[in-house]
Amino acid sequence: MNRDEFPILNQELIYLDNSATTLKPKCVVDKMVDYYTKYTSNIHRGDYHNAIKTNQEYDQVRTIVKNFIHARDEREIVYTSGATESLNMIALGFFGQLLKKGDEVLITKSEHASNVLPWLVLEKKKKIKVNYIPLDENHELTVDHVLNSITPETKVISIAHISNVVGDIRDIEKIGKICKEKGLYFVVDAAQSVSHIPVDVEKANVSFLAFSAHKMAGPTGVGILYGKKALLDKMEPLKYGGGMNQSFESDSSYTLKEAPIKLEAGTPPIASVIGLGEAIKFIESIGVSKIHEHEYKLKQYLIQELEKLPNIVLYNKNSKSGIVTFNIRGVFSQDTSIYLNHYNIAIRAGNHCAKILKDDLNINNTCRISIYLYNTKEEMDQVIEVLKNSKDIFKVVI
Amino acid sequence: MDKNIRREIILDHYQNPVNKGLTSEDGYIFQNTSSESCIDNIDMQLKCENGIIKDIVFDGEACAICTSATSILIKTLIGKTIEEAEEIILNYKNMIDEKEYNKELIGDLIVYEEVCMQPNRKMCALLPSNAIEKILEVIRNEKK
Repeated sequence: MNRDEFPILNQELIYLDNSATTLKPKCVVDKMVDYYTKYTSNIHRGDYHNAIKTNQEYDQVRTIVKNFIHARDEREIVYTSGATESLNMIALGFFGQLLKKGDEVLITKSEHASNVLPWLVLEKKKKIKVNYIPLDENHELTVDHVLNSITPETKVISIAHISNVVGDIRDIEKIGKICKEKGLYFVVDAAQSVSHIPVDVEKANVSFLAFSAHKMAGPTGVGILYGKKALLDKMEPLKYGGGMNQSFESDSSYTLKEAPIKLEAGTPPIASVIGLGEAIKFIESIGVSKIHEHEYKLKQYLIQELEKLPNIVLYNKNSKSGIVTFNIRGVFSQDTSIYLNHYNIAIRAGNHCAKILKDDLNINNTCRISIYLYNTKEEMDQVIEVLKNSKDIFKVVI
Repeated sequence: MDKNIRREIILDHYQNPVNKGLTSEDGYIFQNTSSESCIDNIDMQLKCENGIIKDIVFDGEACAICTSATSILIKTLIGKTIEEAEEIILNYKNMIDEKEYNKELIGDLIVYEEVCMQPNRKMCALLPSNAIEKILEVIRNEKK
């Protein structure tokens, strides 16, 4: 779909590392270049034409994001540097103040580092407990397992909407309902989901949600923290400085602006925020559901064909996203990705920032193919062909 | 060196590396080595007596280049003095970095002479020598 809009694809490249970052359509790049070449200025402080234009372009992205994730209010949308910063703000800036010794946070072993480490920091500093909701035999998270893991100490459930290695789609509406009934906070890492499946923060009763622009056809350096208004009001900033303060005096008194502005100290990546708005428009012009349908169809085809190859081990046949995790039997994953690169196929090898998933998968490193809207069946056929002929892999990689 | 012979040596050491498996015996100095740019992760242990490298063992998960380089390096360094080992490592690193080096010194490590043509694999080849260098530094500091 829409391949013509991605100039980078005018070369021999089969790009299948979309969970790491997606390619960027020309409209997003052009929109950012416009800011740099036609109306550069800072936000919120100028009274001249270009500053007014910048403010308009920058501010309207909040509305675009709000509508995209079905939030109630623009003030629930905070610009951050990416999902990592958003998740750190949630854990350290909000729960760092709220949670007490013995309070429990439930996560899973397939979470990304940025939804594990900030909680481990709180475990160390505040003596909270971080526990893991068990995954099922397919390494997926079920609603039943969530329900059965909740204890009287549980205060927070923090999970990825789609996990980045297994690619299982978690039923956040059902889990959100459970959280509401039990009075728990619900944190969703939507980095792998927001441009692949529809997200509705209200329907899912989400307390906080995080994602990055660069994994959704947008630029690097910007992301979103969604938080319910009342919760953002209580969140403490991790950064202080210009733009976010109301006043500060030589008698050491200071007051901050209201959320979201109090959480956005300093000059933000203005071009990137504007680029994010354009990326969302681009995705919406296609339709998130249509993107998911396309990816999942290609994944199913790939699985169907790779299952026929005895030299391929598949780790996530059943998950419903566009992620395929595999190894060539007896070959270290990095050698496989170097082999595929020889045919201009870009994938990722490693632990994919989910370092404790090895407890569940019983393997440290895997190869990950992650599909996006511009990938084609022909590309899948080429991957299958190259993997089929991998008997002499070392003639290529050595 | 002929490409096929080179590949055969590398593959042989990848599939049947020497001294794989760590030891709990006394007298070994431990060093883990990994890098940002690749996913290789190797633990090494080295035993030195009277200035001579008596034994080196390793374990870990790594690609064909890194695993084989670890194995060949171990084979090359056992029995050498610390000074000889440092000299070998220096020349090996120079080869990978496309600088001048003495072929006579590095033995079978010559199989990596073309690794520099794949810049992303340099780190794989250098990972074990980086670990050994750190261990030798510890030994040198102990002597002082």
